Amino acid sequence: MQTVLSIAIDAFAYGMALFIICIGLSLTMGLMRVVNLAHGAFAMIAGYIASYAARDLGLGYAAAIFLAIVGTVVISIPLERLLYRRIYGRPELTQVLMTIGITFCVIGITNYFFGPTLKTIPLPGSLSQPVDVGFKTIAAHRLFVMACGVVVAGGLWYLIEKTDFGIKLRATVDNAAMADALGVRTQVVYAVSFAIAIGLAALGGVVGAEFLPIEPYYALRYMVTFLVVVSVGGAGSIPGAVAACLLLGAVDTTGRYLMPEFGNFFFYAAVIAIVCVFPRGFFGRAQ
Amino acid sequence: MQVVAQAQRVPAPSSVGNRWLRDAIGLALIVAAGLAGYWLFPDNLALLTRVIAVALLVLSLDLITGYCGVASLGQASLFGAGAYAAGIACVNGVTEPLTLIVIGAVAGAAAGLLMGTIMLRAHGLAQLVLSIAIVQLFHEAANKASAYTGGSDGLAGLTVSPLFGLFEFDLWGQTAYLFGLALLVVVFVVLKFIVSSPFGMLCRGIKQDPIRIRAMGSFVFPVLLKMFVISGAVAGMGGALAAISTQVVGLDSVSFELSANALVMLVLGGLGSLYGALVGTVIFMGFEHIVSAINPFHWMTMVGALLIAVVLAAPGGLSGVLETITRSARRSKGGRP
Amino acid sequence: MSDLFRVEGLTKNFGGLAVSRNISLSMPAGERLALIGPNGAGKTTFVNLVTGQIRPSAGRVVLAGEDVTGLGAVRRVRKGLVRTFQVTRLFSELTPEEHVTLTVLQREGKARRILSRFTGHSDVAGEVEGILSTLGLLDVARRRVGEIAYGQQRLLEIGIALALRPKVLLLDEPAAGVPSSDTPRIEQALERLPPSLAVLMIEHDMDLVFRFARRVVVLAAGEIIFEGLPSEVAADDRVREAYLGNYAHARSVA
Repeated sequence: MQTVLSIAIDAFAYGMALFIICIGLSLTMGLMRVVNLAHGAFAMIAGYIASYAARDLGLGYAAAIFLAIVGTVVISIPLERLLYRRIYGRPELTQVLMTIGITFCVIGITNYFFGPTLKTIPLPGSLSQPVDVGFKTIAAHRLFVMACGVVVAGGLWYLIEKTDFGIKLRATVDNAAMADALGVRTQVVYAVSFAIAIGLAALGGVVGAEFLPIEPYYALRYMVTFLVVVSVGGAGSIPGAVAACLLLGAVDTTGRYLMPEFGNFFFYAAVIAIVCVFPRGFFGRAQ
Repeated sequence: MQVVAQAQRVPAPSSVGNRWLRDAIGLALIVAAGLAGYWLFPDNLALLTRVIAVALLVLSLDLITGYCGVASLGQASLFGAGAYAAGIACVNGVTEPLTLIVIGAVAGAAAGLLMGTIMLRAHGLAQLVLSIAIVQLFHEAANKASAYTGGSDGLAGLTVSPLFGLFEFDLWGQTAYLFGLALLVVVFVVLKFIVSSPFGMLCRGIKQDPIRIRAMGSFVFPVLLKMFVISGAVAGMGGALAAISTQVVGLDSVSFELSANALVMLVLGGLGSLYGALVGTVIFMGFEHIVSAINPFHWMTMVGALLIAVVLAAPGGLSGVLETITRSARRSKGGRP
Repeated sequence: MSDLFRVEGLTKNFGGLAVSRNISLSMPAGERLALIGPNGAGKTTFVNLVTGQIRPSAGRVVLAGEDVTGLGAVRRVRKGLVRTFQVTRLFSELTPEEHVTLTVLQREGKARRILSRFTGHSDVAGEVEGILSTLGLLDVARRRVGEIAYGQQRLLEIGIALALRPKVLLLDEPAAGVPSSDTPRIEQALERLPPSLAVLMIEHDMDLVFRFARRVVVLAAGEIIFEGLPSEVAADDRVREAYLGNYAHARSVA
């Protein structure tokens, strides 16, 4: 029973960390129809910034997170202007190649500046202790990640369903030309959504660093995982992304606990099965 | 000028003869370049043999991505299937090199059949994700079945018997290189026939518009699956060649990285052109050899920048650029293409 | 069976919306039938139902006495039920000659051969040349399709359909998008279609309809509201209402 609980908690925390990173990618792909394989690269940039801020500048955890998000978004703006705008609406293969190219560049440049070693982001004391939640003690950091995940999911849901911006966003998704004609500034909507997506990647990269350690090939290593989550959940769907992250998190964590010698085998087998049965993902919109 | 002219007979240009001549010249250039490599870089024959093996992989990817429009980031699973099949056969006493190549081709074709059956169920992004999941699954399987594959240590101890019982696979890799070059030339000629056959035409049609092809009365799935099998055989031969020449099969032969690199090489050289696949492979691996010796991260930055440049400036790859230049040159001379 | 081709009670619902309601019509060999109707009448849906791109909710499609309702689009083409597309679907990199050659090879079951030659079959080449010359496309036979005029592309669409040796041919707006100076060429091509072929043409250009069709069917809101001679169409009250009523309605919305 204890094992089942441990697995469940680990799986949930891991799933939530995945979710924070992947939901941004899901929005980019669902809204802007851009297969952004460089999404993980932005999470990696944020991890490096946070690590630098916390260890070399001696800033606190919260400040490091803030700096990482702002820094990453600032870096992403010229990239969106100069590169991404040219691949909106282009064939998937073109987008894949361009964003793989960006990923390689990010990896190369980051490692040139920061050196090819694993970067840690020291946790503050309050997050590194175990917390007794009645039936079990859980590492505070896991609770923090879960809370972040829930807040992000709720906040995004509110933003998309309840706010003025959300209405414009949904209109743009449904029919960009029509939204444009109705006076929605779709370019601005795109730019803001892109910034939100990158900001979420940055947040996820930092708070999820315990699960997905920040290392030189981070952007390439987890590229596949992120892409898989989005295609399983269905691009652009928040409930889909939650379901996919929790399910794949559970499959992955359970597999590692029970049959560690099979590594990712179950993860990829599950992915193939799911994608074959639901080619558009759990909650994918028909195209 | 009248838009729709009246029917009239037009003398047919001798395009068939031209094409034969062009292919003969192209083939001669490949052989010449291969032999030049043999004389110029006698100390790097192992690397050059590796280039040939990877060139087969890139050619196989060109068949499904360039000619059929099915993008794949998992082509190394077919390469790896061939490499491991040949490696395992070799360890178990089948040491005749040509037989090993055939075993590699058969294993690659079988893997291609499996991969095609799975991948062709989906489209677009889902298809791409399936290709990645398949190569990762193959990778994990090869890693875990260490009793047969040697796991992460690799499958070592391959001793291949002399080619035709005469030519030993020597320490300098001369036999392996010439053997590889001959294999590449044969495969290239066969592929040249395949892509210009009715079947090749059908594939190109499917790439552009599957609905049109269906309205012509042809099913799409079996045609694409057939190309996957052919592609698998080619990639499998590449894998078998790599196994024979290095006498080791490592996990990197079924990796996502190799698959992604193959796609980069293909795009660099130009999709949908067999020459492009070769040119892309040679240039990519040549630069990789030089730059990554200095600093592997410089190499990544360079490849990344190159990819971005190709997407923005030369979507047809190097062979596309070449074609545009020759076409505009012909135009400026006043001749019609 | 006197009818070469027949549809019986063809119905299609998308959710609660009926886009085709109980459509029945039949065509003998050699028929020249025009299907007309205002925008949104369900003409293209009808073509898609007949050719098997979409499945009907009810009804049957019968070709030469055989029920083909259960067959997919590809098998119907092989049985001789062939269509052209309203918007040309051609391969811009290939030449007209290659298009028709590929189609003939496909019909002969030779298109999947991997080690045979694409060119050089003398009987195939002869047939291809025959088709292209009937349509007046010989002088552009070896130009890339992307470079030839749109009118010529429309003709090539018809050429591809003919290369399949159809029994029943559905022409989805063969003159759509063609400059009026080129419509005579299309008309001429339509006149030269094999006499035994049953042709159903969907068209907006009424001049073309009156010249080509021996019988006219009018579709409105997914239903057949008129069936008869071209000369009677304009006088029919329901047809007038369908067209003009629609027009008046459109005016009041705008």
